[in-house]
Amino acid sequence: MDSVFNIDIREHIPNNPLLYQPPSYDSLLYRRKSSTVGSKRRSSSRGRFGSFSSVKSGGSTIKRQDDIEKSLLEQRAVRELAKSMKEKRAVRDQRSLKAQDLSDWGQWRRNARRCLKRLKDNAEDRLSSLKLWRSDIRQIEARFGTGILSYFSFLRFLVVLNLVIFLLMFCFIMLPIIIIPYTSANITQNNQDHGSVCSVYPSSTRLGLVIFHEHITDLLSGGGFLEQTYLFYGFYKVDKIQYPNGTYNLALAYLLATIAYLLVSLIWIVKRSATGFKQNLVKDEDSFQCFCNKIFSGWDFCITNEKVADLKRSSLLYELRTDLEEERMKQEKAKRTRKDKVQIYSLRLILNVFVMAVLAACFYSIYLATTFSQEQQRKQVKVNFIMDLIHEYLPSIVITLANFITPLLFSVIINFEDYSPAFEIRFTLIRCVFMRLTSIGVLLFSLWSQITNCGDEPCLCGYNTALYSCWETRVGQEMYKLTVFDFIIIVAVTILVEFPRKLIVTYWKSGLSDWWGEQEFAIPQNVLEIVYGQTICWIGAFYCPVLPAICTIKYFLIFYVKKLSLIQNCRPSTRPFRASSSNFFFLGVLLIGLSLACVPVTVSVAQINSSRACGPFVNYNTSWEALTASVMELPHGAQTFLYALSSEAFAVSFFVVSCLAMFYVIALAGAHKRVISQLKEQLVMVGSLQHLQV
Amino acid sequence: MGTTASQLDKGMLSEYQELTFLTKQEILLAYKRFSELLPKEETNGLSYRIPMNAILELPELKTNPFNKRICMVFSTSDSHDGSLSFDDFLDLLSAFSDSATLEIKSHYAFRIFDFDDDGTLGRQDLEKLVNCLTGGTVDTSLTPEEMKQLIDNILEESDIDKDGTVNLSEFQHVISRSPDFVSSFKIVL
Repeated sequence: MDSVFNIDIREHIPNNPLLYQPPSYDSLLYRRKSSTVGSKRRSSSRGRFGSFSSVKSGGSTIKRQDDIEKSLLEQRAVRELAKSMKEKRAVRDQRSLKAQDLSDWGQWRRNARRCLKRLKDNAEDRLSSLKLWRSDIRQIEARFGTGILSYFSFLRFLVVLNLVIFLLMFCFIMLPIIIIPYTSANITQNNQDHGSVCSVYPSSTRLGLVIFHEHITDLLSGGGFLEQTYLFYGFYKVDKIQYPNGTYNLALAYLLATIAYLLVSLIWIVKRSATGFKQNLVKDEDSFQCFCNKIFSGWDFCITNEKVADLKRSSLLYELRTDLEEERMKQEKAKRTRKDKVQIYSLRLILNVFVMAVLAACFYSIYLATTFSQEQQRKQVKVNFIMDLIHEYLPSIVITLANFITPLLFSVIINFEDYSPAFEIRFTLIRCVFMRLTSIGVLLFSLWSQITNCGDEPCLCGYNTALYSCWETRVGQEMYKLTVFDFIIIVAVTILVEFPRKLIVTYWKSGLSDWWGEQEFAIPQNVLEIVYGQTICWIGAFYCPVLPAICTIKYFLIFYVKKLSLIQNCRPSTRPFRASSSNFFFLGVLLIGLSLACVPVTVSVAQINSSRACGPFVNYNTSWEALTASVMELPHGAQTFLYALSSEAFAVSFFVVSCLAMFYVIALAGAHKRVISQLKEQLVMVGSLQHLQV
Repeated sequence: MGTTASQLDKGMLSEYQELTFLTKQEILLAYKRFSELLPKEETNGLSYRIPMNAILELPELKTNPFNKRICMVFSTSDSHDGSLSFDDFLDLLSAFSDSATLEIKSHYAFRIFDFDDDGTLGRQDLEKLVNCLTGGTVDTSLTPEEMKQLIDNILEESDIDKDGTVNLSEFQHVISRSPDFVSSFKIVL
């Protein structure tokens, strides 16, 4: 690295071919590796044999052996050379000739390494063939390109994630209870009698003659016969289980399983986004290298369909034209007068205030709907089957309506705000994301205000026992209803809206079909849909441990529904959604959903008093106390360690250290930037000096 | 069809696995597809050169605007007619496979985009490239002013030593910062 800075231009009109290379990270790595091997990178010619610099050994054979081995190690694998097959065979033969100079031990090591590599390749091969839906996704890729493909592989990721979360909950919470009859275990039941009012939990199973449609209502709303089952929190009324071998603290396990699934989701998402993160966060993707990206990486080589290829060509043309126009507009914007600027900014301010007002109105209507729905359920007013269902599902209906209307409104408003096209899309998306995910928060907040509101007096048990003997189950039921309703809406929209649209546009040529047009697969809206569903799952898994399994099945079915809709009803969109930015966008929105999901779970675990009548935390005030109680039982050393971790001193010093690390990294990035511009200037100078010489 | 698979014995298979990025199934599938293009009387598929117009009938290459360039780049025939032997075909699939390195892909992409084979991407190369991508006919191509603006932008973004052309290193540098390249530069049978 130092030699880079010390190049003296006057002395070294260099034979160093590396100076012709711009400073990319690859060339830095390559320079470190290639001290013994000659230059493999051809600067401007092709197809020639890279010359091997012969290994000059000093004296002893041992040193020579080490050199040979090192040079063989540092060379790339034969298949990574950009040569034809014949040349690769020749290189490989040359290398094995050289390897024969090695001792037996060296040769054995070399062979072992090759065998290991082959085994690894085979294992990876085997693993990748097990991936879910491989052929379906390949089919989609060939017909629609990589942008839409990224949506489907995201869906596949969510299926696997939900399955893992469910297995976590199952193994630690349900399995111990299920195997109780098979092992001779005792349950320490929670039979607290303090304030018997608090521990009354009336059974909600219907007695007597049950009409059939009431079963359906129960199934769709999670009440009735479903309420006191494994489905909901209320069923797990077990504190500790005494097995023959030891005690299993179910309350603690419940709490820790919740924390675990949130952490697992976080780590997995961050790991998955690690590759895209670097590139997308470093520079604003749309303005950096945007033309080169479009021209050099613009064509999807996996397209096999003639029609799709034509569409891709026209979309590329459209994109190029828009970008060129945007560039021209940017130059014009720089000439904007002060008066224009004031006008634009005030217009934007007004429109943003309007957007906030719309959002506030939506949130208030969700609040009203929730309170109304809860009242109706309490009063047990039975009008008729349909009205009952509507009362149960009122919050879901209002949320879905709001999520349907607001994106249309936002896309109309953004046209007046005069942003660049790329920023327009992003800003609309941010607004839609905010709308979708906060509506769940509003629903939960209104639920909680109901639960902790006992009229004028303070609540006897910390929550409104008269109305909610088991409030966690009620919250779980609301989440269950949201999930079910979400799924029904997705399927219904596909069948009842997209399919007729396709029929109308294909068979009935009229003004309507021309204006409406064929369905485009709008990736951002679809992604928001499934992130919304996943956020509900994360929040609801604490109250309804079977919810992840339901979500797995839901996403599994949605894959086929969406695939069918894509192939039958949709045409590829004219504005292509690029694969890399999609990856980052999907995982970014998912992370926002996860952080939003952590808030309600944390609040309910730590703040709100747990139910006295049901669930594993009957013996504790709040659910978090289960953890603090078990920490007290730990040995003294571990206790002090854990207390130290949660103390303020540790938090403050951790914060200070991470700030320092951040500043260091930022300073390093600035220094690298300066080096890069210096090197670029040197390159230009060297080039022009060379021209002068010639 | 049963005899074709047996012509590719285990030794050759592992050799090809070592020399390319393809898995065993992919090599066998490639051999099957290659044999389908052979004329009936030809029994030894490994040494025969399939002419370019037969290769271009493959659905994976048919709709590709760069299909002829791809054949020319990967062909090792002495007459430079774009005909591919089985070795060349495997090289092609290996460079376009999922597990190929970025360096291999960018190297071959450079050669494919270098229409006049002079080792650099000059203005004419870039113009031909853009026309391939957009369609090339009168109503599907950019106007001359738009083309000039576009190529000026491309050269500004990628030409570091300001010599008016993009050489291999500059191309690989640009590609290393292009997040879409790896996923779009892929052909799977």
